[in-house]
Amino acid sequence: MHAIVCLKQVPDTAELPKVEPADVMQGTLKVTRVVNPWDEYAIEEALRLKEAHGGKVTALTLGPAEATEALRAAVAMGSDEAVLLSDPAFGDGDAWTIGYTLAQAIRQIGQYDLVLCGKETVDGNSGLTAATTARYLSIPLLTCVIKIREVDFTAHTITVERLVEEGLEVVSAPLPAVVAVIKGINEPRYPSFRGIRTAARMAIPVWGMGDIAGLEADKASEAAAAVRWTNIRKPPARAAQCEIIEADTVEEQARILADRLLAAKVI
Amino acid sequence: MSVFVWIEQFNGTPVSLSWEVLGKARQLADARGTTVAAIVLGQGVEEIARQAIGYGADTVYLADDATLASFRLDPYAAVLKRLIEEHQPAILLWGGTSRGRELAAAVSADLGLGVAAECLDLRLDDEGNLVATRPIYTGNILTDVVFRRRPQMATVRARAFPMPEADASRSGEVIAIPAVLREEEIPVKVVGFEQAGTGEVSVAEANIIVSGGRGVKGPEGFQPIRELAAVLGAAVGASRAAVDAGWIPYKHQVGQTGKQVRPDLYIACGISGAIQHLAGMRTSKVIVAINKDPEAPIFQVADYGIVEDLFKVVPALTEVLKERLAR
Amino acid sequence: MDFTLSPEHEMIRKTVRDFAEREIRPVIKELDRQHTFDRSLLPKMAAIGLLGICIPVRYGGAGMDYLSLALACEELERVDTSARVIMSVHVGLNSLALFQWGTEAQKQRYLVPQARGEQIAAFGLTEPGAGSDVAALTATARREGDHYVLNGEKMWISLAGVADNFLFFAKTDPRAQPPHRGISAFIVERRFPGVTTGSIHGKLGVRAGDTGWIHCQDVRVPAENLLGREGEGFKIAMSALDNGRYTVAAGAVGLIRACLEASLYYARQRQTFGVEIGRHQLIKRMIGLMVQREQAARLLVYRAGWMKNQGLRNTRETSLAKWYACDAAFESASDALQIHGAYGYSDEYDVERYLRNARGAIIYEGTREVHLLMQADYALGYRSDAPLRCELPAYDADIWQAEANNW
Repeated sequence: MHAIVCLKQVPDTAELPKVEPADVMQGTLKVTRVVNPWDEYAIEEALRLKEAHGGKVTALTLGPAEATEALRAAVAMGSDEAVLLSDPAFGDGDAWTIGYTLAQAIRQIGQYDLVLCGKETVDGNSGLTAATTARYLSIPLLTCVIKIREVDFTAHTITVERLVEEGLEVVSAPLPAVVAVIKGINEPRYPSFRGIRTAARMAIPVWGMGDIAGLEADKASEAAAAVRWTNIRKPPARAAQCEIIEADTVEEQARILADRLLAAKVI
Repeated sequence: MSVFVWIEQFNGTPVSLSWEVLGKARQLADARGTTVAAIVLGQGVEEIARQAIGYGADTVYLADDATLASFRLDPYAAVLKRLIEEHQPAILLWGGTSRGRELAAAVSADLGLGVAAECLDLRLDDEGNLVATRPIYTGNILTDVVFRRRPQMATVRARAFPMPEADASRSGEVIAIPAVLREEEIPVKVVGFEQAGTGEVSVAEANIIVSGGRGVKGPEGFQPIRELAAVLGAAVGASRAAVDAGWIPYKHQVGQTGKQVRPDLYIACGISGAIQHLAGMRTSKVIVAINKDPEAPIFQVADYGIVEDLFKVVPALTEVLKERLAR
Repeated sequence: MDFTLSPEHEMIRKTVRDFAEREIRPVIKELDRQHTFDRSLLPKMAAIGLLGICIPVRYGGAGMDYLSLALACEELERVDTSARVIMSVHVGLNSLALFQWGTEAQKQRYLVPQARGEQIAAFGLTEPGAGSDVAALTATARREGDHYVLNGEKMWISLAGVADNFLFFAKTDPRAQPPHRGISAFIVERRFPGVTTGSIHGKLGVRAGDTGWIHCQDVRVPAENLLGREGEGFKIAMSALDNGRYTVAAGAVGLIRACLEASLYYARQRQTFGVEIGRHQLIKRMIGLMVQREQAARLLVYRAGWMKNQGLRNTRETSLAKWYACDAAFESASDALQIHGAYGYSDEYDVERYLRNARGAIIYEGTREVHLLMQADYALGYRSDAPLRCELPAYDADIWQAEANNW
């Protein structure tokens, strides 16, 4: 079994309010960076598959040199190998250039059974890259996966439960496939100290544009991006001034609140 | 160069978000003096095609085929891809559901197009190009997205646009189109389905959400919250703390690793208002906070606050609303 | 001089911080209110390697250095003292003493399962009538053939209710002069007949911690469970305290940081007289002092940790770190409570718990008075440390992390 986990280094969610529009435009966020929380579920799921079936887990990311820290976190949790895709020439890509580059890198990593990733990232929030990666790899995509029901690495099949709006959908697909997981699939483990030791010492390969066979530079670079962000801004602050409802009894407070809500026509 | 909208259905029932998107598409098309085409895929879904005309479509492309009965990426994307190549719409919009996001992303990769995901607003610039506004950094930043290629595609978040009025007298053309893939060409099989709890309102589409946090203290603490929700016809939400403690299933979670919601009314009970939670609900129209701790950050985003034990306030509010709403 | 932490240390810090935030923070207020020790925390700590963090891999540990122990303690006590106490007792006072003084057989039998977290260890020195005056302890150990027979009671023993193994100090020679030369150290298992334990309730602080008593009534302990030699117990106890105090000091740094973080947050939220209270000079004074204490305490702790890594005797430096950090933590908690005003006085906020928790550390593992006198005596030349028969080994990553016995 070989699972490749695509992950991203993102701002610590507690520090997201510190993100300023100017920093987003210049790509210079002054925040602590962590592994995207959704991707931790993907790492955990890959490790559980390894524990159940043997094999190995490779962590893969695209980002600046600092993104190796995210890969080290994945190794500290138990991933066996890691690859960083990093090159100024990638520029500020989007779901299409990144999906294309990840797909080419995955091909170069070699034989694999599964590509796992989180539902979305807490910075871009688009949830597109799992899909673009799957399409560029021409393999099935299974999103919103909350449980891997069965997986057979000999017959190359997988059956998963997907949590969609109406309920749980059970879907089977041939392997290899891209599996995007959601919270609820598992409880990610902490890195072990033994894992931390391994991770701190691991020489993690860095692949630039020229190191990925068959990568067409004009599809991987920022120039190929399909969309552009503009007018980046803080959302309007909530104008609300909180009215604290005070009264002698709870019943009276409830009555006043009900009056306010009816007047606001929200109930 | 018309505006296309994918009309999503599940088991033959249209997803109401699709009508919200169709209503917006109608506005955009009218602004440009162009037409709206709806795309309906499924099996036995002609009725949905007719409804689409009522909600504003001029044309409906209807692919009715057994291979399209349940949503699957490959056969759906193949139909969409062919339609786009044939008709070259200027804009293609999708509801931002689990299926809509996935399908839009796949089609975009197949055709080398861009998608703006989870949009809160759509408008046309002076040249008639689509400008899509969407939240990034989990709601802490807004950006406009502009497109380098056409069609310009966007998925739209639930409740970003109002539900349009259906007009049964509108007329339009339903054009049947074939499926593209045969069953044996489709690798993914849907082998089962379990319905979510019946009668439950999902937080993503709810007009009103009553949410509980750490202050509910246990699974049984959600009972008064459910009772209030029942009176209001509201969905039950929860903070991450309550979900992680195992008091309520994950599908109820609102916030950064849960659902991003924007109901008309959000009642936060015993929720302190961690940054990650606020990120998921701060765009709600009216926010009520019920919390014992007067310094809880939730009061900073609330319109109305009651500093008191939720186990006293929530049942009292339920009783009052039972009387008021019974009229 | 190098004040930077290695990437490995940074990862340890982050891991323990995440652990404490996820496993302890959500439940601690209620555990503290209910005076409940959460046993389920122990296997979770074991799973990530905390319970053997600085023990060599071949003895079941994680093979990290002594500085890592301090980082872990700091991050745990940033959330609650009770979790740090587990490290102090299980790792600092007991397991490191076995590592320092134990025979290979004792290490295999006790240190390995303790470092893996399969067995929990506690430290029985203090008695109802003997605290700072260790030599006054009255527990006895009488040799009978290939056993010792232990009698006596130990008080204020952390983890008394959950530990599998105790380091139990008793007099093998009650008539020795000076009296401390008659003390010996024994490894006592809970399952030995005659061992009983109980809990102590009504503590001011560390209410989520387990504190109790151990009673030995004619407990037959195999002679091979004597740690070190007969009469070496006092030295073993003091060297164990060098490690225990180090963890207490490191934890205190975390407690100061918790006070500072809570105060900074509150000072920016709360408004009085039309401005946030952080704008008031008297609030700034308390914040500034907290910053000063946090930084100074941390540097003292890191120096002690660095000395341990180098294999240098650090009784003096560890005592200074423990004395300063614990006093500083209590002062900081008191200031933090003051900044929070009446809310700080209620248990809706964490700072009152910090204050209660900080108070105990000025008493246990050497009162502030003991440390003050030690520092004066060192300075005056009345006190110096003679080399020990068994020193705590200097940290060597290759040896610590070797899987097999090759040294």
